Amino acid sequence: MRKFVLVVALLALMVAPSMAQEATAETLTVYSGRNENLIAPLLAQFTEETGVQVQVVYGDTAAIANQILEEGANSPADVYIAQDAGALGALAKAGVLAALPSDVIERVPAEYVSPEGFWVGLSARARVFVYNPAQVEALGLELPTSILDLTQPEYAGLVGWAPANASFQANVTAMRLQLGEEATAQWLADMVANGTVSYGSSNTNLNVAVANGEVVFGLTNHYYMHNLKKETPDLALEQAAFAAGDAGALVNIAGAGVLTTSDQPGLSQRLVLYLLGNSAQTYFTENTSEYPLVAGIETNPALIPLTDFGLPAINLSDLDDLAGTLTVIETSGALDE
Amino acid sequence: MTSHTPATPNPAVIIPPNNQRRFSILRQQHPTTAPRYRVLVALGTLVVAAALLPMVYLVIRGAGAGVDGLAYVFSERTVGIALNSLWLALGVAGASLALGVPFAYLTTRTDLPGRRIWLVAGLLGMVIPSYLGAIAFIEAFGPVGAAQKLLEPFGVARLPSVYGYFGAWMVITLYTFPYVVLPVRAALLSLDPAQDEAARILGLSRWKAFFRVTLPQLRPALAAGALLSMLYALSDFGVVILMRYNAFTRAIYTAYNSTFDRERAALLAITLVLLTSVLVIIERKAAKTRGRSVHAGSRRKFTPVPLGRWKWPALMFCAVLVFVSAGIPLMVLGGWALNPNVTSPVPLRLDVLTGQTLLVGVLTAIAVGIAALPLAILGARSKSRAGRWLIGAAYLGNVLPGLVIGLSMVYFAANYAPSLYQTLPLLIYGCGVRFLPFGISSTQAALSGISPRLEEAARTLGDNGIKAIWHVTVPLAWAGVLGGMALVALNAMKELPTTLLLAPIGYRTLATQAWTAYESGSRALIGAPGLLLMAISALTLAVLLWRER
Repeated sequence: MRKFVLVVALLALMVAPSMAQEATAETLTVYSGRNENLIAPLLAQFTEETGVQVQVVYGDTAAIANQILEEGANSPADVYIAQDAGALGALAKAGVLAALPSDVIERVPAEYVSPEGFWVGLSARARVFVYNPAQVEALGLELPTSILDLTQPEYAGLVGWAPANASFQANVTAMRLQLGEEATAQWLADMVANGTVSYGSSNTNLNVAVANGEVVFGLTNHYYMHNLKKETPDLALEQAAFAAGDAGALVNIAGAGVLTTSDQPGLSQRLVLYLLGNSAQTYFTENTSEYPLVAGIETNPALIPLTDFGLPAINLSDLDDLAGTLTVIETSGALDE
Repeated sequence: MTSHTPATPNPAVIIPPNNQRRFSILRQQHPTTAPRYRVLVALGTLVVAAALLPMVYLVIRGAGAGVDGLAYVFSERTVGIALNSLWLALGVAGASLALGVPFAYLTTRTDLPGRRIWLVAGLLGMVIPSYLGAIAFIEAFGPVGAAQKLLEPFGVARLPSVYGYFGAWMVITLYTFPYVVLPVRAALLSLDPAQDEAARILGLSRWKAFFRVTLPQLRPALAAGALLSMLYALSDFGVVILMRYNAFTRAIYTAYNSTFDRERAALLAITLVLLTSVLVIIERKAAKTRGRSVHAGSRRKFTPVPLGRWKWPALMFCAVLVFVSAGIPLMVLGGWALNPNVTSPVPLRLDVLTGQTLLVGVLTAIAVGIAALPLAILGARSKSRAGRWLIGAAYLGNVLPGLVIGLSMVYFAANYAPSLYQTLPLLIYGCGVRFLPFGISSTQAALSGISPRLEEAARTLGDNGIKAIWHVTVPLAWAGVLGGMALVALNAMKELPTTLLLAPIGYRTLATQAWTAYESGSRALIGAPGLLLMAISALTLAVLLWRER
């Protein structure tokens, strides 16, 4: 028994230092719907430059948004970082986001900011399809020009998607606005019936699956391919945009908002402003292969020009009916496959 | 069985109390004095209330959906999910018995060369979290896995898909069959060889003797093993998600994680709990119908059954089983861990992860060790109805999947206990509720093996009540209690969904780190934390078995 007590005491000593560090400095709590690999290095840089500690909850964008709603007035979150405008819009609608000051908002073109200033875009990302060039050739397939083509029999069982991912969900919200409820529900049902393969919430796993030939096409964001190719340049993965203005050619933002329940709004705004600074914006385009939103930052030349996607058919701030979209997706059976 | 070797933590540890009662032969009854008894009941009630509190909130949440909720529970989709889960549970139970019974028999009763080593190697599956097994299987047998590459030159264009029912069924079976091996082995060891010999003398062949004499007596052990595999299959979280099989846990997780649909996640969780409870009730009825005679008093050792020409097939069977359940995951994770080209974009602090994993394990073990005490004493020393009810209620933790416990705790703490929310105590609370049954049954088993007369003797020799307990009961029971706590720690360290939902901000264990690495697509980063987790679990299991000696 004495040995046992000794072991416990030793363990406590081992772990104590890692637990104790939090109380020492100013600390911000960030809820991030963005992947840790993409955002953590940037937050670490913020801590290094400002001395402000940042603790982060990572999760899927919708889950985190709903977690904030569940926590209500008790939410420990200061800043919410989302990978789509829809979740930010849903939180703004629920009244849990505070208006951002003009020096934050004015750094970004108006179409990437909430009209009331509740959230601001940090970077832009486009919906594309990735494909495995060898397989496309072997099967003698044409590249699709519309997302609606993928319900055709020649694509049966060849397409992958990530229906639990926020970026996909935002695309569905945009489709509901552009094509109407019925047509969107029908498209989802037809996709499921056409044997579309689900990769849950992971776009990375979807891209890897296309490169491996598990499926031939994947509906995804543009930057996964670029980031995977950094590690493995000869990956069998290419991508293309659907025709300009197509329902599948959405340009969305990753953005941030400050919560009304935050007890340090000033510090929170400082973090958002930091993410809109020149160094962070350069990081977004160079390291995570996204489109910068601040004027004067050069876009990574490897990316498809943003103009190829056409003019946005919808206003990003209208993408706020996340709940409606989740219901349509669930009803279609896409999450059950 | 337990009464002879009080230090034995398994398999009594994982068998619900009804079965355990059948297993123990010399249950000691001791008339507890009234005031002490009342204190125990009060403490036990407190523990059970704490364990069930979040569930109450879950029910309130689900009930909030009203008539719509009822319609949802009986909708085609929910029924389909329920059938998926049930079908998986039955398939796993059947396959676990089919693998576990021969394996237990071969390693217990026959002259199989190196049978102790085979036994330990076969039980290795207990230290490999099933989700790591599933990841390794996808890597090995997936559409572009090693097996596919190996077979391609022989004209195999594409292996049958590993995803779906087949993959989930296979992987879960591989990691649940040890839960059949343990009780069956214990039962085989406690049987009187005289009966088998008598049957042989009366002219039955070895096979017939096994089926007509031995197998019927194994019935409670088989029922217990089958139940454990079914519970495991129903509550398994990682495998069904990785294998894309839409069982309850996957549907709940999707509802929670990609839609955070609070009411629907709660409704699905309640339905799962009901389904599980029905299975437990059926098992208890099935096990109760026939008792068995155990003659522990004067039995001889078994003479091992000679395998003869069956020796090589038997060795093959064991080797394939061990290779598939332990060898493949070790090879895949090892390959990843040793790959020098793998770099993490975020610094990977294995030392911190290990420390935090151990901390969760040890704190949960201590919490459970303490919380289980009043209930275990009631179970071991009193036959009262209140005691039985309390223990039965505490065993609900066995029925609740970790995902459901985590979910209910999040709801509960975020709304009513914000100061507990996202703290280590809440995580320990969740893991504690989940593994409380392990603590109760092992402590109870340890206490049952100690005659209260020893305490009485100490008292007549001049010790007062507390001193007598401290001098006599504690040292005797300590090994058994500690064994139970080690088992709790082992499971808490491997636990994925509860930890995923309840860990404080930034607090990661080896299990959640491996899971996060998979979710973010960096599979190779699973290697190091996965192997470390297996190593720690194996050490814990070794301590456990060593204590049992």
